[in-house]
Amino acid sequence: MTSLPKNKPQKKLGLVIDLDICVGCHACAVNCKEWNTGGHSAPLTDIDPYGAKPKGVWFNRIHTFEAVHEETGRSRTVHFPKSCLHCDDAPCVTVCPTGASYKREEDGIVLVNADTCIGCKLCSWACPYGAREYDEDEGVMKKCTLCVDRIYNENLPESSRAPACVTTCPAGARHFGDLGDPSSTVSKIVAKRGGVDLMPEQGTRPVNKYLPPRLKNIDKTNDPASPRMLAHQDSSSDGAGLLARWVDKLLS
Amino acid sequence: MHPAKSVIFFTTASGAGYGLMVWLAMAKLLNLLPLQPLFACVAFGLAFILIIGGLLSSTFHLGHPERAWRAMSQWQSSWLSREGLAAVLSFAPMGLLALYWLWPEQALLAQISGPMAWGSIIMALLTVFFTAMIYASLKTIPAWHSRMTVMAYLVLSLMSGAMLMALLTMLWGYDGAGLFAIIALVFILFGLGVKLLYWARLAGKKAVSTAGSATGLADFGAVTLVESPHSTDNYLLEEMGFKIARKHAAKLRKIAVLLGFLTPILLLSLAIMLENSSLQIVLLFAGVMLGGIGLVVERWLFFAEAKHVVTLYYGEHAI
Repeated sequence: MTSLPKNKPQKKLGLVIDLDICVGCHACAVNCKEWNTGGHSAPLTDIDPYGAKPKGVWFNRIHTFEAVHEETGRSRTVHFPKSCLHCDDAPCVTVCPTGASYKREEDGIVLVNADTCIGCKLCSWACPYGAREYDEDEGVMKKCTLCVDRIYNENLPESSRAPACVTTCPAGARHFGDLGDPSSTVSKIVAKRGGVDLMPEQGTRPVNKYLPPRLKNIDKTNDPASPRMLAHQDSSSDGAGLLARWVDKLLS
Repeated sequence: MHPAKSVIFFTTASGAGYGLMVWLAMAKLLNLLPLQPLFACVAFGLAFILIIGGLLSSTFHLGHPERAWRAMSQWQSSWLSREGLAAVLSFAPMGLLALYWLWPEQALLAQISGPMAWGSIIMALLTVFFTAMIYASLKTIPAWHSRMTVMAYLVLSLMSGAMLMALLTMLWGYDGAGLFAIIALVFILFGLGVKLLYWARLAGKKAVSTAGSATGLADFGAVTLVESPHSTDNYLLEEMGFKIARKHAAKLRKIAVLLGFLTPILLLSLAIMLENSSLQIVLLFAGVMLGGIGLVVERWLFFAEAKHVVTLYYGEHAI
């Protein structure tokens, strides 16, 4: 069970996250918590929830990064939701000593069997992305289930059969689908937008893809259409009117 | 990485226990020592206490210790599982070797004692090797992802075992005591070399992953975290985000080298040169004790100094 499936999953269900669209509202994380605290890996225990140092299990966390271009000095602020990437070569699965951690052959989803997990935490050490969290209260590891209890749930209307984070995103920054099928909508989006793997050098071959922000004119060096970046000390009077230049001469 | 006390105790104690077992088995194979029951009781007793105590302590950090037996099932893929299995299987040859030492005249035990000694050596070293591979196999912790980690675990296990063996044989006044003191000295020097190389590699190591590769934003420039996902530390930060000030790390390395290696080298060298056996015992005992403290500091640093790539999502720039 702990070995990766012998027959590589043909179907690779996963998420595509559009960093150009995400506004960093945390709705995906909140709805994830809401659904999953009553779902497959319930509960998502909180420790000291109303105290001074609340902490608890979350399957999805939203970080905010800034990227400053070395040459242009221009920066981009990027909101960055991160959850399990359901890797093809999931190291969290192969390190598991009990077989509690497994990757499903039918759709590639990585799950934890809470009945056999011993809570050794090694899977959280093996994951580069911080997708696995220890539930102190239950003594087992928990992680994103890709809402396995929603996506196949016939009691839900078909439009709701997607992960909670995807259905709730008010900006439409999250897509769900089969990344193993090149003709699927998600695969096409990834191909068109140049979707990337996080930390490809770690060799995990993640299924989830991230769409980098679209390049804008301000990202291109010396694009005349982009707004000027004003230097803090402006000593030049170039481009000023006749009167302003005269005053400048008088004052300097 | 968070230096968990249970894991530090487990790796140092069981490492010394397996090391001692290797030298006991070696002594049997080379007929270096007389077979006395009291010595067997104390020496094998100590080895088993260290090994079992370490193994028990390692289960304390589990969320469900009562399910620990399940950890032996996934030996095909998991180094942790292989370690658990080897640890349990090793008790067979080690136990039979101990019984033989207690009742050497028992014919069947005597007959199988050779293979059991070999089995003890192989299984003890294999268990330590598997323990080391748990750490060395993790790509996410570049400080550990190296052969140096495996070398360090094996050499330090044999080193601490040899020091115990030297002390015990000296206590019994055996002829082989001097030889084991020399073996211990050689392994301390070897251990010091391995640890210095380990630290040199750490200092010269290029970054494996960066905040740019972790976010896929490298093309946009230098990537910095501006807002954390939560207002307090979470599990990931507590477990993987352990930080130790560089100046403390430098000081602790000096302490580890001084106590773990240099002091034992001095004390053992003195003991080897001296004739007075009671003074030799005192020196060896001090060497074992101070060396043990040094090894605990070394193991604490092994965890505390190692950085995990997940911290790139929490403010680190390159790991």
